[in-house]
Amino acid sequence: MSLQLRRKTHESVIYIDRDSAPRVMPSGEDFILEDLPIGTRVIYPKPPIKGLPNREAAIRYALNHPHDSDPLFAQLYPGMKVTIAVDDISLPLPPMATPDIRQTVLEIVCEMLAGHGVDDVHIIIANCLHRKMTEWEMKRMAGSKIFDEFYPDRYYNHDAEWPEGLVTLGETKHKEPLRMNRRCAESDLVIYVNINLVPMDGGHKSVAVGLCDYESLRAHHEPQTIRDSDSYMDPARSELNHKIVRLGKLVDEKMNVFHIETAINNRMYTGALDFLHKNEDDFTSFDRLKFEGIRRTMSKLPRAARRKMLHAMPSQYEMIACHAGRTEPVHDKIVEKAFDQYAIPIKGQCDILITGIPDISPYNVYSILNPLLVQVMALGYHFNFYRGKPLLKKGGVLILHHPCYDEFDHNFHPSYIEFFNRLLPETRDAFVLRDKYEREFANNPSYVEMYRRGNAYHGAHPFFMWYWGENGRQHVGKVIAAGAENAHVPAMLGWERADNLTEAIAMARSYMGRSAEITMLHQPMIGIADME
Amino acid sequence: MAAAAFYDLEGTLVSTNLVHTLGFYAKNQQGLFRTIKKSATTLLSIPIFAATDQYSRKVFNDLFFKRYRGESEDRLRFFAEELFEDVLKPAVFPGAFELIEKSRSLGLRQVIVTGALDLSVVPLMKYLGIDDYVTNRLEFVNGVATGRLLPPVVAAATKASWIRTFAEREGLSLSDSYAYTDSMSDLPMLSVVGHPAAVNPDMRLKQTALHHDWPILNLK
Repeated sequence: MSLQLRRKTHESVIYIDRDSAPRVMPSGEDFILEDLPIGTRVIYPKPPIKGLPNREAAIRYALNHPHDSDPLFAQLYPGMKVTIAVDDISLPLPPMATPDIRQTVLEIVCEMLAGHGVDDVHIIIANCLHRKMTEWEMKRMAGSKIFDEFYPDRYYNHDAEWPEGLVTLGETKHKEPLRMNRRCAESDLVIYVNINLVPMDGGHKSVAVGLCDYESLRAHHEPQTIRDSDSYMDPARSELNHKIVRLGKLVDEKMNVFHIETAINNRMYTGALDFLHKNEDDFTSFDRLKFEGIRRTMSKLPRAARRKMLHAMPSQYEMIACHAGRTEPVHDKIVEKAFDQYAIPIKGQCDILITGIPDISPYNVYSILNPLLVQVMALGYHFNFYRGKPLLKKGGVLILHHPCYDEFDHNFHPSYIEFFNRLLPETRDAFVLRDKYEREFANNPSYVEMYRRGNAYHGAHPFFMWYWGENGRQHVGKVIAAGAENAHVPAMLGWERADNLTEAIAMARSYMGRSAEITMLHQPMIGIADME
Repeated sequence: MAAAAFYDLEGTLVSTNLVHTLGFYAKNQQGLFRTIKKSATTLLSIPIFAATDQYSRKVFNDLFFKRYRGESEDRLRFFAEELFEDVLKPAVFPGAFELIEKSRSLGLRQVIVTGALDLSVVPLMKYLGIDDYVTNRLEFVNGVATGRLLPPVVAAATKASWIRTFAEREGLSLSDSYAYTDSMSDLPMLSVVGHPAAVNPDMRLKQTALHHDWPILNLK
């Protein structure tokens, strides 16, 4: 038994044995230590691929050796109108240590543009319906040099609710409309600067989604598309991706886009938190000391301070690839590299999937992981981290570990509050929610103003978060929120609650049987279960 | 069922308040001596206005509008256009237009419910494209202001009751309606609609809005 359990199928797959150490799990802003049942399969992220030694050189090489396109310098001429669009703060997670890759790319590209006499340059953050980035965040992302030169007149956030700032590009043969940022649509050249964190990012999604408006977005950000995506982290089998590719082809017909995509490794943390990526059986005394130190410190702090502390720790990702040129070939190369980093071969589905929900998501940077975001992380992102077939069997139990506190950020997520308190008690049916309420929220003048003039997510955004969990919701038989500090949040989300993981596993086993196979995703992880 | 968006005006859609209007009239008195005297008393009264406003909007109104006693109606009307051009028009918050435009595009009736004086806000209503509004009105006897307001005095709870009556008369659904204000004194107005929002709120209203999970807008 022991020998069989210890047999390694992959460096990222560990089986819990009699003498295995307890596992570290994030649960919101906390880290807990849990003994898992013998035989539990624990999936770790792959070791990080070594970063490129000279980031600047790699970017310059990509610009000068593009795929299916003339080199960037050859496309430039004095007097032309150029717009550089960049990914927003939702990538990467957590925000990376400075200098951000986007800063490096922007500095190189802007220098090249200036050298070719191109002065009409705007930099637009492709935030779509995400919250607009704050001045401080924009400065941190682009660096002082770019910020001082371009902000605020020529470095700003996309505004999907500014009628004069948008222009209709057309529609696909499937009647999907595309209304695009006017400045980008009317530019002689759009240069898109991307950071690819998960395979869903980048490609045509960058321009066709990042710079569109609500009506364009709702054509594909809807429950049926998500149900038909198996999974949305697998571009080849993602209906969402197929729809976006159709829109992207429309973009390519009407606009001249030069895409710069970068792939990063998964070295989320170094230093004080590097133990989070390690197999606990291999912990050194120093690792244990760091873990206990952090856990003890965190336990003395109020939640807001813990959150602040975690958000103050930047990620330490390194760039592992950079390609430039036409969107599709560039994206293919980057996705291939991303799968090199993330794909973990896994044999066999499990009956019970355990995942701790860390305080990291694309939508709560410097903010609160509210109940809807816990939902999207569990049933959306963590569930969808697979290729081939889900890691969890159909009808299986998903156990998530999170306090599920009833807290929302009033500045960033105002419409989430109404969605959670007013709509979810009425229905959890994504189709009903979309038909009955989505437009009302999208057009609510208060939410529109808070999106436009403040830093709020768009009024329709909580709906997209709900749809994002749709294929997970349809697949699982039961969700158990372990460690939930209240009963009403799990109940509103349609989940059961348990005081702790042990109780949750017992509940799941009573549902799935004593011999249920258990798998745990070792968080924080960015990894794709490559199912055989 | 039709619905409406109800707005407070001063502090919500424009950065000025009642004192700015009074100050404008004070500095446009007949003769230098009257101008200096009226301007000085207005300035000196500001702390008293602030204190009474914190205490009670009704007491504030009683005290504040007494300052108009003796003003001729003709003069107030004559300067209304200039007041709009010089004081009110530049004070409209940039976000106010967007908010009104968005609301209007949804088919909502646009209604301003303000404690300001009718003759001072008419040009602003035209400028904002607002057809429905209710304001306070000064009492005039023989063309001279008495310093009292004609009932009903539009403030606090009366704003809410006016909204209820207006909605009933016009067949509007209050639960589908919106209300926007900057001041805690307008809490009743926020309480009668289905979609209340605090705009550029004072500290007390901000805390209340947070407590009730109402949206908090900044139109500045």
